[in-house]
Amino acid sequence: MTRRLLGILLELALPVALVAGYWVWSEQADNFYFPPFGEILDYFRELWLFDRVGSDLAPSLLRMLAGYGMSIVIGVSLGVLLGMSRVLRTAAEPVVEFLRALPAPALIPFSLLMFGAGDGSKIFVIVLGSVWPILLNSIDGVRGVDAQQLDMARAYQIPLTARVTRIILPAASPRIFAGMRTSLAIAIILMVVSEMVASSNGLGYFVLESQRSFAIPDMWTGIILLGLLGYVLNWLFLRVENRVLLWHRGVRGLLPAARTGAGDRGRATAATTAPAAPHPPSSTLSSSEKSDA
Amino acid sequence: MIERTTVRRPSLTLQRSRHELDRTLFRRVTAFGPRAVPVSVEGTASAASAGPRERGTPPPGAAQGASRLRRLAERRRVRDLGLRVAGVLTVLSALELCSRVGLLSQDWFPPVTETYAELGRLAAGHPLWTEIGRTLNGWLVGIVIATLLAVPIGVLLGSNNTAYRFSRVVIEFCRPIPSVALIPLAVLVYGVGLEMKVFLIVFVTFWPILLQVIYGVRDVDPLVQDTARSYGLPPSARFLRVTLPSAAPYIATGLRIASSIALVLAVTAELVVGAPGLGQSIVVAQSNALLPRMYALIIVTGLVGWALNSVFQAIERRLLRWHPSQRREVAQ
Repeated sequence: MTRRLLGILLELALPVALVAGYWVWSEQADNFYFPPFGEILDYFRELWLFDRVGSDLAPSLLRMLAGYGMSIVIGVSLGVLLGMSRVLRTAAEPVVEFLRALPAPALIPFSLLMFGAGDGSKIFVIVLGSVWPILLNSIDGVRGVDAQQLDMARAYQIPLTARVTRIILPAASPRIFAGMRTSLAIAIILMVVSEMVASSNGLGYFVLESQRSFAIPDMWTGIILLGLLGYVLNWLFLRVENRVLLWHRGVRGLLPAARTGAGDRGRATAATTAPAAPHPPSSTLSSSEKSDA
Repeated sequence: MIERTTVRRPSLTLQRSRHELDRTLFRRVTAFGPRAVPVSVEGTASAASAGPRERGTPPPGAAQGASRLRRLAERRRVRDLGLRVAGVLTVLSALELCSRVGLLSQDWFPPVTETYAELGRLAAGHPLWTEIGRTLNGWLVGIVIATLLAVPIGVLLGSNNTAYRFSRVVIEFCRPIPSVALIPLAVLVYGVGLEMKVFLIVFVTFWPILLQVIYGVRDVDPLVQDTARSYGLPPSARFLRVTLPSAAPYIATGLRIASSIALVLAVTAELVVGAPGLGQSIVVAQSNALLPRMYALIIVTGLVGWALNSVFQAIERRLLRWHPSQRREVAQ
């Protein structure tokens, strides 16, 4: 117990020291660019509880979620398509490689021309930047599906839709989630960048405008809020991923053996979820057998 | 010679079959190899390397079979090339058609041919290369500084558990911070220029490299390490001969990721605050309504990113030929 406590203290020591150090230094330094920490906190309370939440935070988050959601849908569906067809994959490869390598902010002028200065152009930039990790990981995930399972499904004449939803997607989901995690960070970055160019609200706009009008503490509150946002969204994503992929970790035996409670739950979920992946649904199976007979 | 082979036929076939067994086993093992190495954040086990399932796998018993296999592979390569070219041409001609017909308004989407003509004119002139040089300058300085900072710190944190736990929370907190939030701060402190770009790139690319180095160092096979220790290798030799080679693929992946992030940041900084470089010239072209030039510059930016990525991949493959994650491609 004391060991664990010591460990937690050890982990918290550096962050606390950094914050305290900045606090002490900034109180007496009187630096224009680095205002006292107490002042930043005051401004933070004033601005973000909950004065500007509706005007800046909410539009930003909505745009980001819209773009992120669209890139998940596009990335996974295109990825399954390209992963299943060698011809399409080969034909699309150079275009995909080029668009992936293209820095998404370079497309902001293009999307401004195409969609105007509203939400559409920002969502477009977010989609165009964050779709690639999901797409590439989906392709790899689909290609990594156990060939034996696919042959089995084909031999039992499982229809294509069932093959995709019951075999390919579950088997590819760990890779898809890996891509989605990368994309989340990119989506947040592009949310901020797209708001820094030709925008009238949003967090990126707020931070840049504060800097331009030399409202330094305001700018710092925006930066801190963005940091917190990135951290919280990442944490939420990890929670969701853990929940959704619990069966996968259970199958692979990656669950920590020490936490028996969690381990049992993992095994139970593995028993209920995993068979959906490797085995074809029983009803389709029996009907196809009948038709064969 | 002939007599010998006829006499020893049984054992020879036995040997051959065992050899074949070895080959298939090896293929199996190597097929699983890359998956064991975490492909890290980006996960771009490149779409080019065909998976083990798609390779034709008839047992090449004789030299004749091998040559047939090679011919097949050659034909497949030619066909793939044709497919790729066809894919690019299809996209380009579709865009051209949309623009000519008026499906995409020519006011903001000029025909692709005009863009490429402009691209040709730009490539012949001097300014384009200056802009590329400016962008790449910030990119290079940033990456070098970030690597010089991140690798030693990563080795330290990776080899010492206490140090790792000590800094874990800070790393976990700083990593997901959206890098671009710091652009205003960087402008305030460093002004609009190379220093600002370099600061941003260093701050952002530091984390992926650091994390990759930490994972790489922590992932050293303990058996190898114990063996080295029990043979009495001094710590410096252990580091150079065991830790560093074993962490090298991770570091290479970290560098490749960092390179693409750094380019994104360089272009963003140029675009948003107007530091000189490709991003700024895109904005200038747009505000002067020189649309073909704007699209040509966007294409150039994409090509730069693609070239950097290819160069890093090629270097990675070359330097790490011996590593299991790369060996599969060489073996086949």
